[in-house]
Amino acid sequence: MSNISRDEVAKLAKLARIEMTPDELDHLSTQLAQILDSVARVSEVATEDIKPTSHAIEMKNVFRKDQVKLSLTQSEALSGAPAQEDGRFRVPQILGEAE
Amino acid sequence: MSFIKKSASQMAEALANGDITSVELTNQHLSRIEEVDGKVKAFLHIDKEGALAQAKTTDDRRKKGESLAPLAGVPLALKDVLTQKGVPTTCGSKILEGWRPPYDSTVVTNLKKNGVVILGKTNMDEFAMGSSTENSAYGPTHNPWDLTRIPGGSGGGSAAALAAFEAPLAIGTDTGGSIRQPAAVTGTVGVKPTYGGVSRYGLVAFSSSLDQAGPCARNVLDTALLHEAIAGYDEKDSTSINAPVPNVVEAAKKLDVKGLRIGVIKELNGEGFQAGVRNRFKEALDLLANAGAQIVEVSCPNFEYGLAAYYLIAPSECSSNLARFDSMRYGLRIGDDGTNSAEEVMNLTREAGFGPEVKRRIILGTYALSSGYYDAYYGSAQKVRTLIKRDFENAFKKADVLVSPTAPTTAFKLGEKVDDPVAMYLNDIATIPVNLAGLGSMSLPSGIAEEDGLPVGFQITSPVMQDDLLYQVGGTLEAALLAKWGEPLLSKVSL
Repeated sequence: MSNISRDEVAKLAKLARIEMTPDELDHLSTQLAQILDSVARVSEVATEDIKPTSHAIEMKNVFRKDQVKLSLTQSEALSGAPAQEDGRFRVPQILGEAE
Repeated sequence: MSFIKKSASQMAEALANGDITSVELTNQHLSRIEEVDGKVKAFLHIDKEGALAQAKTTDDRRKKGESLAPLAGVPLALKDVLTQKGVPTTCGSKILEGWRPPYDSTVVTNLKKNGVVILGKTNMDEFAMGSSTENSAYGPTHNPWDLTRIPGGSGGGSAAALAAFEAPLAIGTDTGGSIRQPAAVTGTVGVKPTYGGVSRYGLVAFSSSLDQAGPCARNVLDTALLHEAIAGYDEKDSTSINAPVPNVVEAAKKLDVKGLRIGVIKELNGEGFQAGVRNRFKEALDLLANAGAQIVEVSCPNFEYGLAAYYLIAPSECSSNLARFDSMRYGLRIGDDGTNSAEEVMNLTREAGFGPEVKRRIILGTYALSSGYYDAYYGSAQKVRTLIKRDFENAFKKADVLVSPTAPTTAFKLGEKVDDPVAMYLNDIATIPVNLAGLGSMSLPSGIAEEDGLPVGFQITSPVMQDDLLYQVGGTLEAALLAKWGEPLLSKVSL
């Protein structure tokens, strides 16, 4: 049985930027342990000599010409903004006052 | 005269003959939605005005004698994970409630070019994560065959809209089976095209290396016509394949499988599946053999690791993709009261905006990608992907297409598996290997399970960019089944 502690889940939630209630943390640590038990079997066959595949169909990077094309207007780009000011996205404070 | 129970091709023909206008046809579907969607809940948003405007444009063009695309004027239901300019796009999530995208996805651009009428946006598991549509933040969709049962997922809304005759065509997306499993449990047809066959531009990303949009309809030919309308190279998608679209419409009309080698995947031959699912699968094989196909057995020994690999790769990619929902530029924002920092606002927004399954997968993906665990989980999963791809390559040396049942069971009851993620994930056991290998795959109805009276799906898988084979085999099987049934399976749906 995999073990994933409540503290570990809390750390992951912080990394993933999701606030979680103590109940959620408890519930999730139990469920994650179950899920990890069922997915851990990938290591049974994943031996050294096998190359990993990130994309099923091999492809190479695609470049485009560096040309100016029509894009969204400023008002279109801002149309979904939760808050805006002077034609820009308004966001909450990023740095503390002392910074 | 009501056209709602006709096929899309019949509707297209009636439009071309002037038997009905697109505005009339659209109104018939809008009325049908009004009549039954309170029970089915396939739609999250109806774009009545936009649909009627598109219908009118098509009618006007037809009146002027302009040459129109085959599906011009035929209505369609669009999964709410694809952007449509000015029309709400939620992905079944609270975090995008009220968002109206400022641009069209390429699928929508192609639909508009073809004159297809988009009726509205269909319900789905939040960000396409789920197999039952119960993970939608807006409540579940109900299966038109039995309203107490799930319509499959994540594209349950699109599949249910077809089965309830709310639309003759629909668009789905398939990351691990989200087109094919809903098709199977609703008695409809759905195709996951080869990865890169249909543009992902404007498809809100869940797992970018697996996501693929595709066509859904009530029969094989209609599905092929829609496939042709949406497929093709797109420079806006760096993974788009720059090659001609396989001739799927011609293939759907062939009705001939003589000499084709059809490979039954030993590991997915129905053993351990619901009895009715297994029985319909075996009968379908007999029909294909009678039609002149050669049935062979192939083995894909690494498929048993597919589910595990998928539930590491997809959450890993999702944990990265869904980082964009940070409340800064669009979507929900919670706690912006002047006291919270940007980071705190992000945390509060994502807590409030994401549902349990999405959170579960983001956390699982964050774990699988974190240092110390990366090699054991994500790295190993990528190696399993190589093994599964190899299994397919070997199988395709012996067979032209591969077949299996689409899902292990028929539609289960709403609520039955909601709090057991591992049991829920097992629904995708037969569909997932295809996504890991990027292949084309179709589910079409193969009959009714005797024990519960619910539809069963038959899955056909083709090599990369040979999607036409899906339609050739699917079309032939469908014709043989229709001859046996005397009427389409969906005539049994009463709503």
